[in-house]
Amino acid sequence: MMQLTAWPVLLPLVGGFLVLFARFGGLRLQRSLNLLIVLGLIFLSIEMVKVSMTGVHQVYLSGNWIAPFGIVFVLDKLSAMMVLITSILALGSLWYAIATKIDEKGSHFHVLFQLQLFGLNGAFMTGDLFNLFVFFEVMLLASYGLLLHGSGRLRTKAGLHYVVINMIGATLFLFAVGALYGAVGTLNIADMAAKIAVAPPENQGLIAAAGLLLLIVFGVKAAMFPLYLWLPAAYANTSAPVAALFAIMTKVGIYSIVRAHGTIFGETAGDLAFFWTPWVLGLGLLTLALAALGVMAARGLREQVAYLVLASVATLLVGVGLNSPEALGATFYYLIHSTLVAGGMFLLADVIARGRGPMNDKFTSAPIMPNAVLVGSMFMFGAVAMTGMPPLSGFFGKVLILGAALDHAWLFTIYGVVLVAGLMTIVAMARSGSLLFYRTQPCNELPGEPVNKSAFVAVVGLLAASPLLVIFGNPVSNFTELVALQQFDSISYIEAVLTTPAIERVKP
Amino acid sequence: MELLIALVIGVMTTAGVYLTLRARTFPVVLGLTLLAYAVNVFLFTMGRLTIGQPAVIDAAAAGYGDPLPQALVLTAIVIAFGMTAFLIVLALKARGELGNDHVDGLHLAPDEVPYEKPEQIKPSQQTQVTETTMNSQSNQEVKP
Repeated sequence: MMQLTAWPVLLPLVGGFLVLFARFGGLRLQRSLNLLIVLGLIFLSIEMVKVSMTGVHQVYLSGNWIAPFGIVFVLDKLSAMMVLITSILALGSLWYAIATKIDEKGSHFHVLFQLQLFGLNGAFMTGDLFNLFVFFEVMLLASYGLLLHGSGRLRTKAGLHYVVINMIGATLFLFAVGALYGAVGTLNIADMAAKIAVAPPENQGLIAAAGLLLLIVFGVKAAMFPLYLWLPAAYANTSAPVAALFAIMTKVGIYSIVRAHGTIFGETAGDLAFFWTPWVLGLGLLTLALAALGVMAARGLREQVAYLVLASVATLLVGVGLNSPEALGATFYYLIHSTLVAGGMFLLADVIARGRGPMNDKFTSAPIMPNAVLVGSMFMFGAVAMTGMPPLSGFFGKVLILGAALDHAWLFTIYGVVLVAGLMTIVAMARSGSLLFYRTQPCNELPGEPVNKSAFVAVVGLLAASPLLVIFGNPVSNFTELVALQQFDSISYIEAVLTTPAIERVKP
Repeated sequence: MELLIALVIGVMTTAGVYLTLRARTFPVVLGLTLLAYAVNVFLFTMGRLTIGQPAVIDAAAAGYGDPLPQALVLTAIVIAFGMTAFLIVLALKARGELGNDHVDGLHLAPDEVPYEKPEQIKPSQQTQVTETTMNSQSNQEVKP
């Protein structure tokens, strides 16, 4: 069972190389190989979730070096859940890319796609802070390639900003990791948590500063308040399947905050226990307020969906900042919902942009699009899910988070910001929906292309996550609460990582 | 030696931050490179500055030099190197496509169309529109 921990990282890496060499067999071979590997990842991650449900941390020691000395990969409920969401999202995105032939618009789409998954899964599985940095870089380098896939002037401009800000983020990450290493002398997350508990008081200030620097780095990934300006342009200008896959990229930031800060500066950290949560909560609320304004001010549908992603990330930050197992459980429920629905919405925005021909996704009056009833009802469905109206899963996610905030000191601020931002997004989506589908111009010939049926399957598939999350709401929310409880129990994580013995070699 | 190293890191970071905030892509690339240098030296010193100590624990020696930061620096150098190479190519591409090397692509390229506001209507139509709105307003006034 130990090997199961390494597989989600190894499979896309080996897959990437296989897909690269499948180039000689033509695009069809690359496509089917890529689909096959993503399907394999889904089955693998379902198996991982099953294994993680036993509640035991599965630790893989790479190179058979015991924990503080070697790099470890840890399979627990949180990492299993994240890998599962990633693989499902990847399937939807890949299916859309193949069905609309977007993957033909540049070389190596499938290779970069696999390497992107390699970086993502590695970041979710690793138990070592420096290794997390390496996987971040793998993920980012693949994402630079994917972001620019298909080229275009606006895409290059947004890509340049995205690359520069992430390179600054990487530098800050190294400063933070270096300072932490200098102060506690380890890089293993579990070992660091154990060492901080006994760190001398004169080092506390340095450790806290490094912790907050690390928060900035993850804030860049998660698009937290002052660091979100790159997101709307990058997401709005890239190709649809890539934007859909990037719906998970911001969640990597959230995951890293929960994993690294939640464990290192968790209950074992003494004076530094949870010193970072007010920052996350406050900045999350600010991000939410600004994202709601962005949703209202957006000039095109893709930009609007990008701001909606920002709003959902901000809601997740608020949930993380509330700092209780119930709130974290609710946050994970909302995370599953927002990732899959946001992915679906990016794909749907592309369908709409194609249907409107030259007007693209701009909020202006245009001739009616083909299959307007089908696309329009899908849009309404997605908008209801995304803005958090009943009866879909966004509503329940928000109710769970707000319910967990009831006895928090900032109760009124949290309720005020979340509810007003929710109202603003509802108004904005209602406006854009009526602009796109009702205020149409009469014309004899429809300018846009009709809906690509097989590509639409991906949209429906990803958006179907929302009703499924409602129908299976009880088991899913029970599961996410277990995930949160396990995450809060950082002592058992530290024990599991540090006490895993090396595998004895069989002597010949 | 500590003071010297600290000054070097400080100066490189300052210069790096200053250059990164410049408006043209080439200084930004240089700034990021300087920042990467600074962080590499910083990582190196996090293993503490020691002279003449064995890297691996030796029973006879009084102490040992930490070998791990060197491995970290090596990884960081390789990554920063790759990233910088990518950024330079991207900056060249942006220079070609945007028509200038401003990081925001500030001036429009010769064939770029500025974004049009949705409500821009020609003057002749505008009068009609105001007339109709006037009519509708007057209608509303009549109703009650």
